[in-house]
Amino acid sequence: MPNLKEIRTRIVSVNSTMQITSAMKMVSAAKLKRAQDAITRMRPYAQKLNEILSNLSGSLDASEGVYSQQREVRNVLIVAITSNRGLCGGFNNNVLKEVRNLVRTTYSGSNVKVLSLGKKAFDLYKKSPLHTAEGFGDNPYTIFDQLTFQNASGIAAELMKQYADGKWDKVILVYNRFKNAAVQVLQTETFLPVVPPAGVQASRVDYIYEPDKEQILNELIPRSLKIQVFKALLDSLAAEHGARMTAMHKATDNAGELVKELKLTYNKARQAAITGEILEIVAGAEALKG
Amino acid sequence: MVVEIITPESTLFEGKATYVYLPGSDGGLGILNNHAPLISSLKKGVVRVKDEGGKEHRFEVNGGTAEVLRNKVIILAE
Repeated sequence: MPNLKEIRTRIVSVNSTMQITSAMKMVSAAKLKRAQDAITRMRPYAQKLNEILSNLSGSLDASEGVYSQQREVRNVLIVAITSNRGLCGGFNNNVLKEVRNLVRTTYSGSNVKVLSLGKKAFDLYKKSPLHTAEGFGDNPYTIFDQLTFQNASGIAAELMKQYADGKWDKVILVYNRFKNAAVQVLQTETFLPVVPPAGVQASRVDYIYEPDKEQILNELIPRSLKIQVFKALLDSLAAEHGARMTAMHKATDNAGELVKELKLTYNKARQAAITGEILEIVAGAEALKG
Repeated sequence: MVVEIITPESTLFEGKATYVYLPGSDGGLGILNNHAPLISSLKKGVVRVKDEGGKEHRFEVNGGTAEVLRNKVIILAE
């Protein structure tokens, strides 16, 4: 028979854990809302940018730019986007697993390095020979402290510069895409070289271009790349909060069940103890009578 | 005409206007009603929007792109 006091302490401890997990769930829900709003606010910009871009590249050969030349893939940079904090289920592990997988299989023949955005990937890779952060300054580790377009575009600009310098032949983003609060989709996409938008219909509007098409295109491509990084980061942030919310919800449910079970055992033990005491008293009384 | 000024993080301005001044990379551009379709890159400067009440709004931009199409001006600012 388990000790009553032991069970009582366990109930208290499970209850306080439950309070923490349910509080974390609420915090994540609030943060998720904010992260989702940020995605919504960015969407019109991204859409319009894409529209103009496809308008332009429909009439121009876009495959000649610095960022779109296809080279033989020797040096690959994988950008792993994870979170700064844990307790969010398989969120970070999914990214890290995919990165490991890419290193071992798809790019096993090439020289691969990993740029970690977010503390979880950084912690894993900082001692590994795959780690690189050269030229990125403090940015990669603190990006999620303050996720602004400015910070994201700094990283994107450095990625573009290193690609243009020939340091990498391919840059890949691995991150969790936000689908809804409960579902995160692991996304692996090629950041550089730029894949030209396929099958877009150029609109038939006769625009006046200031100063001219090429220059505008040369300006727009880097901007759309920056947006791509920014979007991946925002998506990852929203997905992180979604994942944490789900994980904490489950944890709270589990804790509730555990408490229920423990209470049952506790009451059984209490009843057994009382029955035992009564039996003793009755037996004692009987003995006195006799 | 309708003017929208959008940044990646928010929409700065959305509404009707009678006149828009853009800091085009080859010099300033003034856009009035019924302007021909135009795509222009912008340099660092100030976008000025005069709304229907004659009030002027000023927005600092750090470069960007503007599209004018069918009485709609969309400014992608940075």
